[in-house]
Amino acid sequence: MLETKKIRPDFPILARQEHGHRLVYLDNAATTQKPRHVLDAIVGYYSTSNANVHRGAYGLAVAATEAYEAARGTVARFVNAWAPESVVFTRGTTEGINLVAGSWGRTHVKAGDTVVVTAMDHHSNLVPWQILCAEKRATLRMVEITADGRIDLLDFGRALEQRPRLVAFPYVSNSLGTVNPAAELTRLAHAAGAVVVVDGAQSTPHLRVDVQALGCDFYALSGHKMLAPMGSGALIAKPALLDEMPPYHGGGEMIERVWDDHSTWNKIPHKFEAGTPNVEGAVGLAAAIGYLERLGMERIAEHEQALAAVAIERLNDIEGVTVYGPKDHRAGVVPFTYGDIHPHDLATILDRDGVCIRAGHHCTQPLMRRLGVAATARASFYIYNDVDDIDALVTAVRKAGELFGVPA
Amino acid sequence: MSDLSDLYQQTILDHNRNPRNFRRLENANRIAEGHNPLCGDRIKVYVQVDGDTIGDIGFQMPDGAGCAISKASASLMTAAVKGKPVAEAETLFQAFRDMLAGGAIAPGKLAAFGGVRAFPARVKCANLAWHALHAALQNQSDPVTTESSRDF
Repeated sequence: MLETKKIRPDFPILARQEHGHRLVYLDNAATTQKPRHVLDAIVGYYSTSNANVHRGAYGLAVAATEAYEAARGTVARFVNAWAPESVVFTRGTTEGINLVAGSWGRTHVKAGDTVVVTAMDHHSNLVPWQILCAEKRATLRMVEITADGRIDLLDFGRALEQRPRLVAFPYVSNSLGTVNPAAELTRLAHAAGAVVVVDGAQSTPHLRVDVQALGCDFYALSGHKMLAPMGSGALIAKPALLDEMPPYHGGGEMIERVWDDHSTWNKIPHKFEAGTPNVEGAVGLAAAIGYLERLGMERIAEHEQALAAVAIERLNDIEGVTVYGPKDHRAGVVPFTYGDIHPHDLATILDRDGVCIRAGHHCTQPLMRRLGVAATARASFYIYNDVDDIDALVTAVRKAGELFGVPA
Repeated sequence: MSDLSDLYQQTILDHNRNPRNFRRLENANRIAEGHNPLCGDRIKVYVQVDGDTIGDIGFQMPDGAGCAISKASASLMTAAVKGKPVAEAETLFQAFRDMLAGGAIAPGKLAAFGGVRAFPARVKCANLAWHALHAALQNQSDPVTTESSRDF
């Protein structure tokens, strides 16, 4: 387990009191809190190095560009990308996936083609493909999940028989916590001739990611789920694919030469970064990666899995609680329901004890239909959570049971 | 600081557990659906209007679940407007909405929802059924959602 007593003071927000209780923040799958190191990096950037990047002929602009491009190198190393130019900075996973759909998808997916997604995909790895398939009159094929919340490999195999143009899936499910066998799924999809898009929003913050070992073609991540500022993120892609893709957005920076009626494009990754980028976001993301690497991604994964195991056991002790998701191969995400108490009521009651959890469909409505629930409550852990937080969670859940008269 | 018991008053817990008029009306001549896309809650309100009067009313939550606040609110709403003139139901809707926006406490048992004001995240749950009723009475065919109406 991580030494949370040493970690917690790094996070100023954890000193906040919520309804007279210490803040027990268990909504990390939605967004994480930010350590002083990241906040300092952002203030430091604006205090010492701020100018517009890639265009100034003066020293300050060079410093800003160096900070931005150094951050790109940090992200590339963190996920073992093919090269720094494999890293396109985005606003987050959603934009990364939309970039792939809007650029690669619109060029390569034709009428009658098949695009494969899974029933556990977040709306951000589903809706862009729905839009693309509607536009191209292509078929969207959703792979089913097993009763215990894994991708159904038999159905995945059946979907691949359609020789899909593209296969998209999450590395880690935000609603179930399932860690999918991403390398194996990628290998199978490639054997069927598909390009592979991995939603890395929930994996990058929580386990050691190596995109070259996964072998996928595109990998999208969000900074704000891994200690970095909101609006930071990256799309990681094989350079050869990025090279032949058309631009996603037009504007400054992404061009080489501009004529009255046409333009030529900058080289990658700049071809995909139109307009002034989020430099503070990139700098903050690099600082967050530095913080995570000092703790060690393997230790972080172990810490969260240990907390999830304790939380699942303690919640299962409460009669009437149902925990969703697989028994093993899961990250620090614990979805549950409690008798007929609606998850929103649970979240309100827990909030009065300072315990922040998510309640709802978690942007996975097709998954909720398959689970047969309108909503679940979800506790999700990160590096600053400990067993005391689970105590607070379980105590508050029991309190909800008393209030609503659920048999204890 | 407001307490949880201000939100989950006994009246609300009772109507959540035993919702009144929790049924589909076969002879309804006005039907409307309310949807809160943030939480996925859905409600369907069935009204049988006789002339200017709400002869009968019922509601269902099609996805099988609604939170205690939305379900109790729907239940108390149906009890409050059943047999009343349509104009009076609209007046109660206004009074209920005003209360949740920080105004005077609504009449009768609807006052139980006064505590919701201290829980801004739950105001839309309390309002959902009333907006669906309003839509039904106005004969709107599109589902109303908590995100489409500015003053929900």
